Amino acid sequence: MEREDQSIEAGTQQSEGRAQLAAPLERRSFLGLLFGVGSVGVTALISIGVASISALLSVPIVRFVLHPLSAKTTETAWSEIGAAEEFSAITIPVKRLMTVEQRDGWRKVISEKSVYVTKGKDGQLRVLSAICTHLGCSVPWIEAKGQFICPCHNGVFAPDGALISGPPPRGLDELETKIEGGRLLVRYQYFRQLVPTKEVIA
Amino acid sequence: MNQSLTTQEGSKLANRSRTSRVFEWFDERTGINKLLGKALDEPIPGGVRFAYIFGSGLLFLFISQVITGVFLAIYYVPSADHAHTTVAYITKEVTAGSFLRSLHSYGSSAVVVVLLLHVLQTFVYGSYKGRRELLWIAGCVLFALMAGMAFTGYLLPWDQKAYFATAVGTNIASEVPLVGEGIKRLMRGGADMGTLTLSRFFVAHVFLIPSVIFFFVAIHIYLFRKAGAAGPISEDPIAPKQKAESFYPRQLLMDLVFSLLLITALSVFSWLVPAELGPKANPSDTQFLPRPEWYYRPMFHWLKFWQGSQSFIGIIVIPTIVIVLFVGLPFIDRKLERRPWKRPVGVIVFTLVFLSFVTLGVLSYRDDRRNPAVAAQIAKQRKETEEFMRTPFEPETASSSLAAANIALADPLAAQGKTIFEAQSCNSCHGDGGIGTPAGAKLIGVGAKMSPDQLITVLRQPTAKMAEGGMTPLKLKDDEMKAVVAYLRSLK
Repeated sequence: MEREDQSIEAGTQQSEGRAQLAAPLERRSFLGLLFGVGSVGVTALISIGVASISALLSVPIVRFVLHPLSAKTTETAWSEIGAAEEFSAITIPVKRLMTVEQRDGWRKVISEKSVYVTKGKDGQLRVLSAICTHLGCSVPWIEAKGQFICPCHNGVFAPDGALISGPPPRGLDELETKIEGGRLLVRYQYFRQLVPTKEVIA
Repeated sequence: MNQSLTTQEGSKLANRSRTSRVFEWFDERTGINKLLGKALDEPIPGGVRFAYIFGSGLLFLFISQVITGVFLAIYYVPSADHAHTTVAYITKEVTAGSFLRSLHSYGSSAVVVVLLLHVLQTFVYGSYKGRRELLWIAGCVLFALMAGMAFTGYLLPWDQKAYFATAVGTNIASEVPLVGEGIKRLMRGGADMGTLTLSRFFVAHVFLIPSVIFFFVAIHIYLFRKAGAAGPISEDPIAPKQKAESFYPRQLLMDLVFSLLLITALSVFSWLVPAELGPKANPSDTQFLPRPEWYYRPMFHWLKFWQGSQSFIGIIVIPTIVIVLFVGLPFIDRKLERRPWKRPVGVIVFTLVFLSFVTLGVLSYRDDRRNPAVAAQIAKQRKETEEFMRTPFEPETASSSLAAANIALADPLAAQGKTIFEAQSCNSCHGDGGIGTPAGAKLIGVGAKMSPDQLITVLRQPTAKMAEGGMTPLKLKDDEMKAVVAYLRSLK
């Protein structure tokens, strides 16, 4: 009870202090020098202190949180599917399995994707995704008929991937390719199904 | 209650600056002014001192640990499979990750150092005297909780030293008579250390203990304010007579200087000597010599003296006596005399116990250095840690990955099955590797749901539901069918 009164009293007349004078006041002259800069100065020092502490902590934290913004993404990396020469003489589509590695933070997902290497009407090499543009089934090359025929709903595609008949909204999707040092590189991507135009899905 | 005040002030409002009007608006609704006044105008008998900075320093460190810890959880996964990878990811890849983890890791050491200084100051100044028993006990509870934080946090990186140190730590619990084995199993989530242990330690470290700490920090501060600052050793701890100085501004400034010093020291340390991560825990390693953090070294060394039937005395009885004496200090030492030279018994006992701790710690390090076999093994472990820190981060291969599937395909029958699976265009609808497509069900894990015979039956004669989905009967020879089934069962 008594203590309670004292604290309120001391709180309201903080600068005036209490009746008895304290001896230790003189001993703190060094501190007095250090902190005897007046109340405005002290408030400024306190603000500087709080700001420095916050900055020291928040700078690394902000960088830590923003890491995914600066981390380079590897999901659209190029994968090799063989020597370019190997495909120069093909007359029918050739199936190749390519390994795609996707980084997902601290893990990687390795998957095997089927693609077809074929030639366009202009004689240029084209690499087609084997995923049907209708509902996403894997489309096999049916050699006996000289066509790609989807077993799910009978979508039919020409050797260059163009749509011939059936429910698919567009031909088989062509993947980006490039030749580097004689090797054929492909960038594997997924495309939206059931739409007439080719749209990349992230 | 201060309605008249507000109406009076309301008329003056128009003349006030915008900032003070905003502040008043806010204050009328929150009472922040009174609250801040109450918090900052704490009277300190005899004036402010640098000796009083440790409590605030601890509070600051705890908040810093909470903040860094919360952010570390952005990338951390508490499972035996992923914990080590995610900590390696934080350490080696994430921007400022190594720095933040070091701040958190060294922060625990800083807490221990400042905690000891806080206890030392309280003891030397006799600030536990004069109706402060509950305040002291609340502090002891916080001490224990902080020790619990250090113990549970140590396991989370799931590297070799984390795993084996915790194995030893949890083993100690089994020394408790009757219930010891049960406590150990409870802590570990089973007879052995495993992923359940990690989950438990994670929940304790991140949810349970911190929430109890928040609670006890509030109690500790409340009881401190209730009793009042004790002031210098010449002061009466119950009815202070010396001139009081308010906490604000000079004590606050001193506390801030200390906090700034702490965070600067931690930052410099984290920057120059980043916290390390060793190789992933390998429970089958029989060579590994676990060593706890420096602050657990005295206890670690103490345990070496007690073997067999006597260990109950050394591990349970003596520590319990020390703890009871420590917690009971304000009940045992009831005189109001605060000057250390006037209370020699307490000071001598306290100093002896403290010196024993230091000696035990020093002996622990010395023994490790003097025993050539131990020194060699510890040097080897150091080298392995350095080696691991040098290697670039290696992402974990997801379980659904091809690499995992390829291991299963080491079985030639399953490999043959894969060829048939593709030749029969099963992958057209069920997807490559049976991952499933809109046209066909996922086959991964089907081996766990159906026996080989059941699989053969439904492949030959699909159920009505399967047929409706477009599944056609598979016409294959018996050995080919077996190959397909072997392949299906390899899809996990």
